[in-house]
Amino acid sequence: MANGQAGAIGERIRSVGDWIGARFPISSMWREHLSEYWAPKNFNFWYYFGSLALLMLVMQIVTGIFLTMNYKPSADEAFASVEYIMRDVPWGWLIRYMHAVGASFFFIVVYLHMFRGLMYGSYRKPRELVWILGMLIYLALMAEAFMGYLLPWGQMSYWGAQVIVSLFGAIPVIGDGLSEWIRGDYYISDITLNRFFSFHVIAVPLVLLALVVMHILALHEVGSNNPDGVEIKKHKDETGKPLDGIAFHPYYTVKDLVGVAVFAILFSAVVFFAPEFFGLFLEHANFEPADPLKTPEHIAPVWYFTPFYAILRAIPSKIGGVTLMGLAIVVLFLLPWLDRSPVRSIRYKGWIFRTAIAVFAVSFLALGYLGLKEASPTYVLLARIFTFLYFAFFVLMPFYSRWDKPKPAPDRVTYHHE
Amino acid sequence: MSATSDDLDKGRRHFLTLATGVAGGVGVIAAAVPFVSSFRPSARARALGAPVEVDISKLEPGALIKVEWRGKPVYILNRTEAALATLPPLDGRVRDPESQQPQQPDYARNQYRSVRPEVFVMIGVCTHLGCAPEYRPDVAPADLGPDWKGGFFCPCHGSKFDLAGRVYDGVPAPLNLAVPPHRFLSDNTLLIGDDRGLG
Amino acid sequence: MNRFIGFLALALFIPAAFAAGGGSGIVMESHNDVGNIASLQRGARNFVNYCLGCHSAKFVRYNRVARDLGISEEDLAKYLMWTAEKPHETMDVAMPADDAARWFGRTPPDLSLIARSRGVDWLYTYLMTFYVDESAVFGANNLMLPGASMPNVLWELEGRKEAVFEETVDDEGNSHEEFVEFRQLTEGSLSPEEFDQFATDLVNFLDYMGEPMQLKRQSLGIRVIAYLLVFFLLALALKKEFWKDVH
Repeated sequence: MANGQAGAIGERIRSVGDWIGARFPISSMWREHLSEYWAPKNFNFWYYFGSLALLMLVMQIVTGIFLTMNYKPSADEAFASVEYIMRDVPWGWLIRYMHAVGASFFFIVVYLHMFRGLMYGSYRKPRELVWILGMLIYLALMAEAFMGYLLPWGQMSYWGAQVIVSLFGAIPVIGDGLSEWIRGDYYISDITLNRFFSFHVIAVPLVLLALVVMHILALHEVGSNNPDGVEIKKHKDETGKPLDGIAFHPYYTVKDLVGVAVFAILFSAVVFFAPEFFGLFLEHANFEPADPLKTPEHIAPVWYFTPFYAILRAIPSKIGGVTLMGLAIVVLFLLPWLDRSPVRSIRYKGWIFRTAIAVFAVSFLALGYLGLKEASPTYVLLARIFTFLYFAFFVLMPFYSRWDKPKPAPDRVTYHHE
Repeated sequence: MSATSDDLDKGRRHFLTLATGVAGGVGVIAAAVPFVSSFRPSARARALGAPVEVDISKLEPGALIKVEWRGKPVYILNRTEAALATLPPLDGRVRDPESQQPQQPDYARNQYRSVRPEVFVMIGVCTHLGCAPEYRPDVAPADLGPDWKGGFFCPCHGSKFDLAGRVYDGVPAPLNLAVPPHRFLSDNTLLIGDDRGLG
Repeated sequence: MNRFIGFLALALFIPAAFAAGGGSGIVMESHNDVGNIASLQRGARNFVNYCLGCHSAKFVRYNRVARDLGISEEDLAKYLMWTAEKPHETMDVAMPADDAARWFGRTPPDLSLIARSRGVDWLYTYLMTFYVDESAVFGANNLMLPGASMPNVLWELEGRKEAVFEETVDDEGNSHEEFVEFRQLTEGSLSPEEFDQFATDLVNFLDYMGEPMQLKRQSLGIRVIAYLLVFFLLALALKKEFWKDVH
């Protein structure tokens, strides 16, 4: 009896599914992007960060929506409304910490995701557009984070925005007018806060969502790269399925679920036990309301901007520093055309390229660290050295990637069954 | 009963899918709790909605004062002997003469719908569509007809209530006007919104 | 790859330096414990008696303090609620801000978040290092915040002490004043140990006020992570089961 009823209900659900299926490409989308999206079977640890980035995007949007319900985008009320969320709104503190810590975790995940692409040559032909769309996501994310950081209207919010908006002032001729136009006032004011709020809660998120969809569509058009950097589409069975490919669903959905669990544990550890993360995720000075007349003694951007901030400070010229900082991001866009190595993956590249990537990683982290510290002569000198190395990695790549002696890449991916 | 290893795998796979799905579902629901709860009135809303103290020493017989409690008008009416006398004869013409519907705390579920007969406390929100009824103590005015013994009249849709907030038959409002929780702190001080100690 | 993760962990775990505001460079470690309710109760009493006259804590509600610290409404009204009529009101200051700005040169800052912006060690050091300085407006100076515009309101408890400085000359010939020690001039109503406890309790209460949910947050975190560990094990078993297909 019960079985018969369950069967009848199942039948009903199926018929509703059929009705929708006849009018919306749900099953073909499911096949194309999940059940018959053939992903290389040799993904390793580094391949968790794509789906985790998507998870972070969703979490930031959900927590952001709930914060917006209680936040007030006005210079008089913003700071107090954040404390209102932290103290008076039921569970507001958790939602706020998730959002604030989430921003930092989003960047951690995105940086690891980008470094994965760098190591395995995921930017190489035919995935140039995947890389460029990804870089655009990174840019949008930086804008999103920067404008979001102004909203709590603390001292760091205020002076961070002050410094970054002043950067535009370095542009010859139009600079001063431009930064005034961005602020909508002669200083970072209520007007600036209000427009940053609008950008942060709707304009940039819309752009981000569109870019993420395009990033995934472009990826699924060309297929995923893998740690060996070899093309799995070269060897297909008679049905057209790559021999080294496995269905994204269920194999990578269940695998990513494990990644999500581990990630959630780390994320919760920070949210519940160290939400300020020793002043890195929530800076101490930001617990003081914005005061346009008093700069905090030590200001530094949030950690995810500090590599670029260190480059900015390394150059003893305003226009020079700003230009170099901009170029530091522009060169990343050019990566697909700078790498002339015959192999994609770091696994088969020679010692020169491997060293170059290691030097680059160290330089990036070192710049990040230096950007947090005060600008003492020693630190500035170090920042100059690492800035030089950062750029050398890109500028010299067309040369060393050709001189480098790679190992022969295999024909098929390497996979060892556990 | 000899299951092949293939069958066993299928069973295990099915079980693990179900178990992970249930555990994940529980997690998602638990994670939704803070978000749903954040819609409850905040500490500030509760502070602003805290009980209101009203001094009624200056409230003349027959007079009505309005105070705000939780964003709603609360009417406090000092009823005269004559006003109280109008109530029993109206039992036949009102929908809920005995206050059967839970529109008042138990201590106001009596003939006069009040703690003290003369002091009537009610929320000035019509039970039809939320307008504020007018206090009309005048007997038999032209617009309300000769049967009017004084009471509350809602100008929006014409609902009528007697001097105990009981709704007349044949008007759109379905229920008697609500009596908020309240108690007397002293002879002349009324606390609206808190009835601790009266149970 | 592991090397890289190591670098990342290192980079993340280097705490950003607290803004070092002290002229003396001396920072004493606060040993307050936000889990110690008795200490928080004493701290709350110290706070309303000695700080709330000039400083507000405008984000903190009296009834929240009472609930979190296990104080009854009667005791709350009797011992703590000086500046408000209703328990759900916030800790506002009795003194008008304009008067305060005129008397002290600036409005005394709100203390709701002072423990989060300054840190507990800073606060503890600040409370412990007031000393007599006849050249200062209110006759007192501070090692943590030289030139502080706050008078030493705790002198009756601690007694008056003076700071001994030593003149040193560095390699470039510039002279510096270096703090050597405090010398007690008069006894206070509290012994040094009692005063230390007083300051620790007060810092503890300030710490609590900065983030009243911090105790709840940690106990909830343990349960969340326990659940996630279970979920992780299930997901891992599920993954291993499915990946048996992959050869």
